[in-house]
Amino acid sequence: MRSTDAVEWAYARWLDLVLAAALALGGFLLLEHGSDGSHVTGGVMIAVAVFMGLYRISRRVAVIAVPYLWLLVFFLVPFVIVIKISLSDIALAMPPYTPTLDPAAGWSGFVDFLGKLDFDNFEFLTMDPLYYKAYLSSLKIAVLSTFLTLLVAYPMAYAMARAPEEWRGTLMMLVILPFWTSFLIRVYAWMGILGREGFLNSFLLWLGIIDEPLVILNTNIAVYIGIVYTYLPFMVLPIYATLEKLDGSLLEAAEDLGCSRLQAFWLVTAPLSVPGVVAGCFLVFIPTLGEFVIPSLLGGSDTLMIGKILYEEFFSNRDWPVASAVAVVLLLILVVPIVLFQRNQQKQAEAGK
Amino acid sequence: MAQPHKTPVVFAPWENPTEKPLIEFKGVTKRFGDFTAIDNLTLNIYQREFFALLGPSGCGKTTLMRMLAGFEDPTEGAILLGGQDIVPVPPNKRPVNMMFQSYALFPHLSVWDNIAFGLRRSDMPRDQIGERVQEMLRLTRLESFAKRKPHQISGGQRQRVALARSLAKAPRLLLLDEPLGALDKKLRNETQFELMDIQEKTGTTFVIVTHDQEEAMTVASRIAVMDHGKLIQVDTPAGIYEAPNSVYVADFIGDVNIIEGNAKRIEGGIEIHYAEGAAPIRAMTDLDIADGQRVSYAIRPEKIAVSSEPLTDRANHARGKIIDIGYLGHLSSYFVTLGNGQKVEASMTNARRLSRRDFTWDDQVCLSWTDTAGVVLTR
Amino acid sequence: MKKLSWFNATSLTLGFAFLYIPMIILVVFSFNGGRNVAIWGGFSTKWYGELFNDEKFLNAAFITLRVALATATLATILGTIAAYVLVRGGRFYGRSLFAGMTYAPLVMPDVILGLSLLLLFKVMFSQSGMLTVILAHTTFTMCYVSVVVSSRLVSFDKSLEEAASDLGASAFDTFISVTLPNIAPAVISGWLLAFTLSLDDLVIASFTTGPGATTLPIEIFSEVRRGVKPQINALSTIMIGIVTVGVLIFSILSKRQIAQRLRDEKRAEASA
Repeated sequence: MRSTDAVEWAYARWLDLVLAAALALGGFLLLEHGSDGSHVTGGVMIAVAVFMGLYRISRRVAVIAVPYLWLLVFFLVPFVIVIKISLSDIALAMPPYTPTLDPAAGWSGFVDFLGKLDFDNFEFLTMDPLYYKAYLSSLKIAVLSTFLTLLVAYPMAYAMARAPEEWRGTLMMLVILPFWTSFLIRVYAWMGILGREGFLNSFLLWLGIIDEPLVILNTNIAVYIGIVYTYLPFMVLPIYATLEKLDGSLLEAAEDLGCSRLQAFWLVTAPLSVPGVVAGCFLVFIPTLGEFVIPSLLGGSDTLMIGKILYEEFFSNRDWPVASAVAVVLLLILVVPIVLFQRNQQKQAEAGK
Repeated sequence: MAQPHKTPVVFAPWENPTEKPLIEFKGVTKRFGDFTAIDNLTLNIYQREFFALLGPSGCGKTTLMRMLAGFEDPTEGAILLGGQDIVPVPPNKRPVNMMFQSYALFPHLSVWDNIAFGLRRSDMPRDQIGERVQEMLRLTRLESFAKRKPHQISGGQRQRVALARSLAKAPRLLLLDEPLGALDKKLRNETQFELMDIQEKTGTTFVIVTHDQEEAMTVASRIAVMDHGKLIQVDTPAGIYEAPNSVYVADFIGDVNIIEGNAKRIEGGIEIHYAEGAAPIRAMTDLDIADGQRVSYAIRPEKIAVSSEPLTDRANHARGKIIDIGYLGHLSSYFVTLGNGQKVEASMTNARRLSRRDFTWDDQVCLSWTDTAGVVLTR
Repeated sequence: MKKLSWFNATSLTLGFAFLYIPMIILVVFSFNGGRNVAIWGGFSTKWYGELFNDEKFLNAAFITLRVALATATLATILGTIAAYVLVRGGRFYGRSLFAGMTYAPLVMPDVILGLSLLLLFKVMFSQSGMLTVILAHTTFTMCYVSVVVSSRLVSFDKSLEEAASDLGASAFDTFISVTLPNIAPAVISGWLLAFTLSLDDLVIASFTTGPGATTLPIEIFSEVRRGVKPQINALSTIMIGIVTVGVLIFSILSKRQIAQRLRDEKRAEASA
């Protein structure tokens, strides 16, 4: 008997509802009497019971509900909390902010709670130069490093697309391979190279090109190198994808019509690879803006990046409301490029049809 | 000695009023948003028929078939199978199977398992499944490919696996969605006859969707010509070809000359005055046509004879000049411009090899045809 | 065969040198016997010995592995369902919100995801730990799984599912016996992706972890914050080695499979 038969046999005999009832009962008992760990088990049991009941009413609704509810609880609700806390004030308590919503106080308590929310933290962000400087510096670093990544990635992607077909798979794999290795380790590798007594300085001193070790680590230069290095595959792959699809006969046609090689590149290849370039730029720019690991390992004390500020605000200063406000503003800055990126992707997907 | 008199058994259940149809569409309408795919359609299909739905893409023929399979529900109307409404029955519970245009063979299963897929989900006892699969493999001459995966066999073999799989459950109705569309022309011709053979052997009712009129003409017992979600004509292949009910059908099936003109009633038929100074066309018709009514006259190229002198036994004659000749091997098409500017195509079979070319470009010729050769159409 | 121009050959050489030399240096210097981290002091495996004697790292590695296994499995289940709902679910109330939510974590900075999840967990649980890290990792990796699986589902011929239904299979049966075997490669890739993302993640784990649930990236980060540590070089070498071997095996296997398929298809056409 196939397993699907067994499931359907049980379903036809309403055994699922029996099981659901048992699960729900067990779940409630655990919630009532258990410790933290069994609370979780109880919650899961009730969730499964609800799913089974829902599956009876509408299979479609039940299937949709599973990932939907998960994302609502673990993605959307946390955002609402962030926004709420960003409007609260810091307090020496646990949780370290005020006001807190007391469900027991009912509607009037809710209104009272809303009245206590304010935009003080956002005002604070505009007053303290640290924050807007950090936003501006993050933007500058993100823009510049995106551009640098493009400069490195385009010739690579171009050469890959021009390589003999039997090489391309291997070249692709070589670009993707670093992506599977730890991000942290790849950033860390540069610490050993760029440090004062690092590999690069020892090498250059040995060659006699320099007499004094260069100071690269803990400067913005190191941050740029780190970003270009770690995000290079994100730029190479989309550009390669558009260049690889490019019909070789287009270039032949251009040359046939009197273009030089270089003109053919500028007039045919470059414009046709724009969607890949745009996609790659967004894929580098968006995550770079909130980057935390690279500035904290490779950057110096004067490297201002908003991801690092947020992290420190939260863990060192324990100022949850300001950290939340920083996050909200960062998100608002990111909304525009994210929406543009999605538009670009959709346009490409439609063009691909 | 008396010869045993052999009466040909004509298969025409649609002409028998006591015969119960297998499928009945009753006022079926299907809308997708604002788009009406099927427009208030009523149609009966009978047991053992090989029924073809023919039309250009977007005419609604695929939607009609998908409603039979259960993948689409009608917006209005009822669909009956053996007298029972099947609209509320989900696809997996219908005694209807479908052969998909893409074949939709399960790539992860062998040919054997593909054919057994439906049987395993039926009431058939486990020990009989093997036998049934073997029978299907024999029917489609696939015995030696049972263990192969779909990607390990050729396109023609894949087509036969798809057929075997959809026939395995012995459905009351088999739906074929462009079943030969992916095959090359030669294989397609062979397969058409194979399909008819299998249909006859199994006695299953077939409904085929196609945009290929030749295919429909070859295989079908009846053809429904569709356009914009409506049935234009439902008839036997010969009926559709020789007696189209509209300019649309005449034009859709085969080559045809359409000449428009004003009718004038005469003894036993009408005269069609189509151009100033040209002799009117004499045509027989059963239609009730008023004097001066605007009509279309449809005549197939092969019904028109090309000669240097008029053939006196025919009722209609016209003179013109050959402007183009298409040599197609088995026949030649002559494109002739009549004195009044009307262009007419006539074709002649090339019965003799290397026959002396009778006519060439710019020759003056005479076209002749009988008064029953063409059809008078009012729509 | 087409030859590469010198320009293209140079860009490839420089590009791949840039990508790989840092890692090669890292690997080489993990076998350095000297104290100085940048000067070669003879071959030695002493840092590996020190690494394996350090219980801190072994514990962290074990925790990370357990988190990654749980995350990858949960995320694959949820992500596959999410992809199925997005591609095959048709229209439903709140579909665009759902599509947005499965897409947003891909482009959201880690710090924001980490912060928001931490604030949620403070409300939900009295203490953070492995469970909260798993929940957080599942949330962001399921979106990657969903992207991988839905791209496969989009290219997957819908008529296969219709054929199964036509032949008598219920919706559940169709999913198990037709859809799942055919999207299996994408589901497996999704699992691997979720697994490595979870192994790799520092920021979200730092926010959502609690006592007794220090993952390997957190441990590495706190070690290297103040400078290069030879043990970390050794650890990195091991991790790079595992990934390289894994990816190589995977790509050789898939290359073989593709070649076999091509041969099969050629033979089938020839025999017809």
